Amino acid sequence: MSDLHELKSAAQAGEPSAAQADSHGHPVDFNLYLRRCAFVFVAVLCAVALMIGISFLPEHYTWTHKVALILGIACCNAFIVAGFLMHLISEKKLVYMLLAFTVFFFAGLMGLTIYAMNDFPTGTTH
Amino acid sequence: MDATVHQFPPYREETEPHAHDEHDHGHEHHEPDFWSGYIFSTDHKTIGIQYGFTALCFLLFGFFLMLLMRWQIAHPGSALPVVGALIHAITGDVMSPAVKDAAGNVIGYTMSPELYNSFGAMHGTIMVFLGIVPLAFAAFGNYVVPLMIGAVDMAFPRVNMASYQAYFLGGVVMLVSFFIPGGAAQAGWTSYSPLATSIPTHGQLFWIIGMFLLITSSLLGAVNFIATIIQLRAPGMTWMRLPWFVWAQFVTAFILLLAFPPLEAAAVMQLMDNAAGTSFFLPTGLAIGGHLAHVSGGGSPLLWQHLFWFLGHPEVYVLILPAMGIVCEILANNTRKPIWGYKSLVYAVLAVGFLSFIVWAHHMYLTGMGTKISTFFQATTMIISIPSVIILTCFFMSLWGGSIRFNTPMLFALAFLPMFGIGGLTGLPLGFNVSDVHLHDTYYIIAHFHYVVAPGTMFALFAGIYYWFPKMTGRKMNEFWGRAHFWGSFIFMNVVFQPMFAQGMAGMLRRMSNGGANYSAAVNGENGLDVIGGLSPFIMSLHVWILWGAVSLGIAQIPFIINLFWSIKHGEKVGTNPWDATTLDWQTPTPPPHGNFTKEIRVYRGPYEYSVPGHDTDFTPQNEPPAGLPAPQIATHAH
Amino acid sequence: MDIPYTVQARPDTGLYNAKLGIWLFLASEVMLFGGLFSAYVLLRVGADPGTWPHGWQNVTLGTVNTIVLALSAITTLMAWVACKVGQFGKFKFFHGCTLLLALSFLCIKLFEYHDHLTHYEIHLTDGRIADGHMKENNPAEDYVMIDGRYVSDESALIDLRAQKDVRETEIKIPRSEIKDMQSYGPWHNDYLALYFTMTGLHALHILGGSIVIGYLWGPGRKMWRTDPERFTNRVEVSGLFWHFVDLVWIFLFPVLYLT
Repeated sequence: MSDLHELKSAAQAGEPSAAQADSHGHPVDFNLYLRRCAFVFVAVLCAVALMIGISFLPEHYTWTHKVALILGIACCNAFIVAGFLMHLISEKKLVYMLLAFTVFFFAGLMGLTIYAMNDFPTGTTH
Repeated sequence: MDATVHQFPPYREETEPHAHDEHDHGHEHHEPDFWSGYIFSTDHKTIGIQYGFTALCFLLFGFFLMLLMRWQIAHPGSALPVVGALIHAITGDVMSPAVKDAAGNVIGYTMSPELYNSFGAMHGTIMVFLGIVPLAFAAFGNYVVPLMIGAVDMAFPRVNMASYQAYFLGGVVMLVSFFIPGGAAQAGWTSYSPLATSIPTHGQLFWIIGMFLLITSSLLGAVNFIATIIQLRAPGMTWMRLPWFVWAQFVTAFILLLAFPPLEAAAVMQLMDNAAGTSFFLPTGLAIGGHLAHVSGGGSPLLWQHLFWFLGHPEVYVLILPAMGIVCEILANNTRKPIWGYKSLVYAVLAVGFLSFIVWAHHMYLTGMGTKISTFFQATTMIISIPSVIILTCFFMSLWGGSIRFNTPMLFALAFLPMFGIGGLTGLPLGFNVSDVHLHDTYYIIAHFHYVVAPGTMFALFAGIYYWFPKMTGRKMNEFWGRAHFWGSFIFMNVVFQPMFAQGMAGMLRRMSNGGANYSAAVNGENGLDVIGGLSPFIMSLHVWILWGAVSLGIAQIPFIINLFWSIKHGEKVGTNPWDATTLDWQTPTPPPHGNFTKEIRVYRGPYEYSVPGHDTDFTPQNEPPAGLPAPQIATHAH
Repeated sequence: MDIPYTVQARPDTGLYNAKLGIWLFLASEVMLFGGLFSAYVLLRVGADPGTWPHGWQNVTLGTVNTIVLALSAITTLMAWVACKVGQFGKFKFFHGCTLLLALSFLCIKLFEYHDHLTHYEIHLTDGRIADGHMKENNPAEDYVMIDGRYVSDESALIDLRAQKDVRETEIKIPRSEIKDMQSYGPWHNDYLALYFTMTGLHALHILGGSIVIGYLWGPGRKMWRTDPERFTNRVEVSGLFWHFVDLVWIFLFPVLYLT
């Protein structure tokens, strides 16, 4: 009970209590967050619009080019969502290390599998 | 916060987590009923025992499947002894046809090749996923790890309970599949497509659904273990003071966490192939039974293999690492000296965990891979043998100069060393693709991996059961029957698996329901060597030896089973630390109460302080305060 | 006894238990969807040239779904912020929005699936192919009616992006002229198999996430009164899962709809 009273009175007084601090101890400002979210949303929409535009480019752009560009923009999009909305930018080292290993193993899975499928003996028939 | 002293009968549960600011009066605990105390418990010790008991039952069932298979191999087409009629009643005329005498009377029932395949697939699946992993990782891990790190429970107790329930359900689904029309899965524990999609039984679907439940159970367990080991270590329990068993479980949990999901993805796709008619793994132009399959094609059978073995290889490290952890604890304890090379062991287990993710295609050397990719996987496979050897070397070195006590846990732990050594060394010719070309899919492979898992991991698990039994029950298992169990198992494990190396090198392929009888028929002449690829009568005769070895191995387990149950009530009563061990799991009451520790845990030293010069006793528990420091307080409701 | 660090962070890691737990779980989910994306790359790169479909999805609906999900990620974060500043009313509003957006996503997805499953490719006995949406398929009648077109070869159906004017008319086909008929389900080809499997698994994750958020929004909100910090942590942890599901869609949409 006391925690809630503390929260409410602190919110009314405009002062942050310990519970209201984010992981770095900074006070959480509702309106600041709302503005940040709006920016992120607009950024995501721009990225999506760009990808759609690229995918409808005329015929003489090969699909390989288009796919490479689109995937690049998708990665930027993902970085924005992960970095800001999931707070990955300010996350702890432990989480970064975990994700680094995960990305490495994912890259190994995809890369080695595709490499293996494309490396096969030639000239084996007489 | 008030310092309330609690009554601690076993595993008393709290029904709701208490808020910080309530309950200034004494907490009210009530005795849990049967359901919340034993069936729907969230206490890690109860869950550990649930896992252990269930896993042992599955191991026994898998063993019986193997006995029937070995009978069929040694006496192809003959009536199955004892259980023939039962098998026929369950599986029907097609799977187990009648065997008739000259007059046409039915004298028994035999095993059809389809039933053999089914038993083979389920033996592998049950032993690996329903037996060893739950016992080694989940049962021992759940019971011992929170105790060893000084925690009150796992980080997420309800997730823990859910993980056991998922495992149990997965087991039920796998068992039920034996009873459906068409029987259980037949495409091997590896479930290769397109075979897995072409077999006319729903058993394959049950297998996939069972695997989903088991994978879910493992993933939940892995999250729990990692979070617990990182977050809930007691004050003073630094990373380099952890017992190596905890390090081994930590790496095992990481392997499960990151390696299982691609198999889950592949299982989703195989499920779609089986149930929705997709062609993820079915190539264009696939013919089944002589007719073109009515599928869209365009799929890749190799894709399944890559995704399967991406888990499949790390899985074998899941099978061995907890066992190595158990051996480490028992060796240190029964040599009365610290483990040799603790730091090397830590770095080696981390290296094994990391490298295990990039060696998988050594299971696929014969799929037509080119030289560049084969060389890559061969190189990583050779590199991963280095940390494995480092671990085994540290164990061997730990024996030197030790004051060795030859109790039952120690016998099993000692036998683990040469048995795993044989298993590991016989893996080397399999890691090189030039030699694997001749040995792949032969009995050599069966011998290799069984040596690692059967007299390897299983011995370590038996050692663990004998070792931790006094902590769970307050009584020791009978020493005489423990030794009988040991010697019987040790001798007959070797009788069963040693000949298989010879059979494999003679060219005998695996998964042949008649044991290669048609290949032996091709042998010409008395010396049996006239036809290349023929299997000599000597090689074929080994099947009978192996069968009787397996039966004797089964008989050798009877004293263990009886001993296990009998000792719960009638074993020799012992104190809370009968082995004079240093690790925190032995510094609790017996059995440990809900909350595990009755005094504040603070760790002052490493895990293997045995025979430290200048001390009165030959062991110093991790949490014993150094001279001059105050004794720990009675535990309060700390956060 | 209480398990430590359920609310307060452990000093040396800086995390509370559930936060570490959810990141671990998300790492395993990365590998799960990673396995599926690997399968996609492998099957697409391995396909014969000119056989991989383009333009088979409704980009408009996909874009709407992308916007819906991005918005729901925002509302999820704001719901957590509201908890942090102690404004429970705002929490209820924002997570209510999240749930509505999730429902919209699933409805649009269901519509898309229905659209594919009613789209048929009919091979006729004279060698032509009729392709379009099924209007009438009454077993009692001796014909089927589709809204589509005739093509002479399957290759004309592969790349719809390259085709400017696809005029669809009502076509009545007597059953006697039909050799075989297949809807655009996952069995149709590997592209659709991947589409249905990947978006299906993703949709299951949306459903699961909605159930958890729905629980916190509904019956679970009791904890706000007794232990607001722990409740806020639960909102944060479920929010992280929701953002991850959005992240997967950020890759699914371009890969399946735009390329």
